[in-house]
Amino acid sequence: MERDDLIVNDSYSTAANHSEEAGKKIRKKIVFVTVLLSLITLVEVCLGIFIKQGTTLWPVVKWSFIVMTLVKAGYIVAVFMHLADERKSLRYVILVPYLIFIIYLIFIGITESNHLNEIWQQFNA
Amino acid sequence: MAGEASKAIDKSVLWGGGRSPFSVSYGKMMMWFFLVSDALTFSGLLVAYSYARHSYTGQWPIGEEVFHSLPFLHGNYPLIYVALMTFILIISSVTMVLAVEAGHRMDKKGVIKWLAWTIVGGFFFLGSQAWEWSHFIHGSAGYIISEDNSRYHLVEEVPHGETASSIANFSLIANKGGESEAVITGQQALELFNNKTQYVQGANMTINEYGPPQYANFFFFITGFHGFHVFSGVVINIIVFIGVLKGIYHKRGHYEMVEKTGLYWHFVDLVWVFVFTFFYLI
Repeated sequence: MERDDLIVNDSYSTAANHSEEAGKKIRKKIVFVTVLLSLITLVEVCLGIFIKQGTTLWPVVKWSFIVMTLVKAGYIVAVFMHLADERKSLRYVILVPYLIFIIYLIFIGITESNHLNEIWQQFNA
Repeated sequence: MAGEASKAIDKSVLWGGGRSPFSVSYGKMMMWFFLVSDALTFSGLLVAYSYARHSYTGQWPIGEEVFHSLPFLHGNYPLIYVALMTFILIISSVTMVLAVEAGHRMDKKGVIKWLAWTIVGGFFFLGSQAWEWSHFIHGSAGYIISEDNSRYHLVEEVPHGETASSIANFSLIANKGGESEAVITGQQALELFNNKTQYVQGANMTINEYGPPQYANFFFFITGFHGFHVFSGVVINIIVFIGVLKGIYHKRGHYEMVEKTGLYWHFVDLVWVFVFTFFYLI
């Protein structure tokens, strides 16, 4: 197989090159995402410190952790990894197979382990 | 391979539609496919962790109660150290994306500057990880298992090579975290300590003071596997950094190699975001 990454001025590789002005815009976006990611992390840590597990508020906090994590992950993948700038076909080829497998795995893992937990509790009782 | 570098794209190797359906180079697409498979591996590990945790009927350790120390400082600082590690990794991800951006402008000096900072950030993270592991392994006060097979937690650590009697007000806590928590002091505490069958302090692969053995095993495997990714990321960054210094990528007319190692580096940050939430926060 020919290594097209070694080709000088390869059209796919140079397509991402941009001008000084476009760079300014992109850097602005990077700064925005940086601030957002840091703020979300800060909120997560504060919630983690002040709201204890087992309190009535905990389930809400737990789900907000999951949502905030997904928001962070989305920004990292879309902006830092430039997936949002790729073609739709590539985006789907990367995300869809992964998501199908993982949603299935999470579902089966949690269902099974919760069931196991119930059975063991019955044995211990 | 040197001759390959000056070749123009041969139309016959292209997709029949005249252009690649994904409009990316071979290398970048393969990096994405590798990352998908690596993401599946890490997801598998985190789901396995969740499986162990949900099926466990006892009290699973809580992140902020296990990780509450800072280097050189005494006291209780829950999650602060992990938050710092997360922040270091996010910032090194930002410097990486700035290096990629500089590469898109063919700004060699910019790439050198930001890539160098990224490598520094990577070393900082690895150092933090090493401290965290060392702290986790050495542990804090720990607990003893008495002759009648019950647990008593130490209030204060017994320094290595010393005995419990050298500690003023040596005391133990029975049923820690339970409903009938009781503090035992004085002679009774010393007797219990001297007649212990086991003293559990810190963590290893078979037993740990924090919770069930799987807890420490998952800690070692998940953060270790991630740390290994960070380490290899730093090595790849250094190799690409040397390439940038030599001007190899500048001659090609694009800094796609920086973009590709950048993808890997961002992925490492992405994994940490999930490890941070599911191992430390929840």
